[in-house]
Amino acid sequence: MKIILHVWRQKGRDAEGKLVRYECPNVSEHMSFLEMLDVLNEDLTARGEDPVAFEHDCREGICGCCGFVINGVAHGPMPGTTVCQLHMRHFKDGDELYLEPWRAMAFPVLKDLMVDRGAFDRIIAAGGYVSVSTGAPPDGNALPVPKSDAERAMDAAQCIGCGACVAACPNASASLFTSAKVSHLGLLPQGQPERHERALGMVRQMAIEGFGACGNIGECEAVCPKRISIENIARMHRDYLCAAFGERPHGETGSAG
Amino acid sequence: MSVGSAARSAAGARSAETSKLLGFYHSPVGKKAVMAVTGLIGAGFVIGHMLGNLQVFLGPEVMNAYGMKLHETPPLLYGARTVLLIAVALHIIAAVQLTRMNVQARPKGYAKWTPAGSSYASRTMRVSGPLLALFIVYHLLHFTSGVAHPNFRYQDALHKVPAPYENVVAGFANPVVSLVYIVAMILLMLHIHHGAWSLFQSLGLNHPRYTPALRSLARAASYALLIGNCAIPLAVLAGVVK
Ligand code: HEM
Ligand code: SF4
Ligand code: FES
Repeated sequence: MKIILHVWRQKGRDAEGKLVRYECPNVSEHMSFLEMLDVLNEDLTARGEDPVAFEHDCREGICGCCGFVINGVAHGPMPGTTVCQLHMRHFKDGDELYLEPWRAMAFPVLKDLMVDRGAFDRIIAAGGYVSVSTGAPPDGNALPVPKSDAERAMDAAQCIGCGACVAACPNASASLFTSAKVSHLGLLPQGQPERHERALGMVRQMAIEGFGACGNIGECEAVCPKRISIENIARMHRDYLCAAFGERPHGETGSAG
Repeated sequence: MSVGSAARSAAGARSAETSKLLGFYHSPVGKKAVMAVTGLIGAGFVIGHMLGNLQVFLGPEVMNAYGMKLHETPPLLYGARTVLLIAVALHIIAAVQLTRMNVQARPKGYAKWTPAGSSYASRTMRVSGPLLALFIVYHLLHFTSGVAHPNFRYQDALHKVPAPYENVVAGFANPVVSLVYIVAMILLMLHIHHGAWSLFQSLGLNHPRYTPALRSLARAASYALLIGNCAIPLAVLAGVVK
């Protein structure tokens, strides 16, 4: 089948970009979306043109590298699917598709469909970890975890950091990503000691990076390839508010010493 | 420790306390909590206000007696007005700050953008909100102060107690005025449709057992506000209330 693409082309971070039209004449329905772009890039290279830059690694929907907006929907029209796992059988002959990079002040475009998601790393560095003692591994199940907590923590831990939630949000808010990280640690006993500092640090970092505020509209969970629920965002709000109101300066204990 | 240094450290602790107290507001999550609490106060008020106003259907005696009673209990009237004024002011300040931040966060939009999971009401909060602000100003000048009402009546001219029944009937007899109110109530319906459940999410309350019910309740409240409030101008125009 034939697919017509309008691809955002931008040479570098500070360059002006524009949509460029390409025709892909021999698209097989068994191809993934990225394989269609591979074929386009081979054609472009053969013609001496610059291939379209897009990020990818595992192509199994687990690494979180890939992603761009297809006809206004992050990762394209199939719910719960990354763009590397999206197959061309979901499109029809003659379809015209607009491909654009994630758009957010905090995600500057590096080239074409590729953005710099370093802001996510800095949000993680602001609290998305647990401190553990090194040494012999602890016994398995030494710390009991209620089953429902473990399940919800694992659901949240599925986030692959792709950034589709930011791309889909009209406010370019990073709340779904950040709340998934806050939840997957905050629901487990190992995450308790740093729970409040984590919520404060990560929420503050989101704003520092230039992400917007959550309006609870739900576009993020609709496009998330891992179907992370906005229930996690409520948990992050709860942890943040408890932490912000209950925060104590270091060394301040219960009684006036 | 000398008395002077104790006093100094107490003052230092106090300013640290103040910044702690308001520190939550520095982040967008804190600002949303303020929007949520002030929005809840507003939502509670608009429902109570509608129930009060529906007394026009019980006739001039009941309606005007209700207005008189409010004016005879100044602590209630002025207490409520103060709380509402502060709530609306904080709601607007936080809305402006958040909206500015949200616009900056997406400097370049998409050539194509297709909503995948949000309601129309939720995407238009920053349109319905400011238009409601304009309506609130007009509404206060119209039925509260009377400045924007061509034949504003008082039931007790000496104590400046308005006659709500006569003012409502005379006000809504003008179809243009009625239309302005009806459009404003559509905006209010949209704002509450999303806002009345979103506020719980902003405050960190979401549970699979209760959240679907809360969303239905928000929807029901928004439709009730639309129908209940629009019934009044429509009844006046239809000559049912005169
Ligand atoms: C009748 C008066 C009003 C009521 C009852 C009301 C109620 C609410 C409620 C319950 C919310 C949800 C808060 C949340 O998501 O946590 C909200 C959000 C909002 N309101 Fe209002 N509101 C009123 C007037 C206004 C006005 C005058 C403005 C004008 C600036 C405004 C602007 C907004 C905006 C922009 C939001 C969305 C905030 C965001 O998600 O970032 N509202 N309102
Ligand atoms: S929450 Fe979902 S959409 Fe957002 S980064 Fe994680 S996996 Fe991607
Ligand atoms: S390439 Fe790894 S998730 Fe798509």
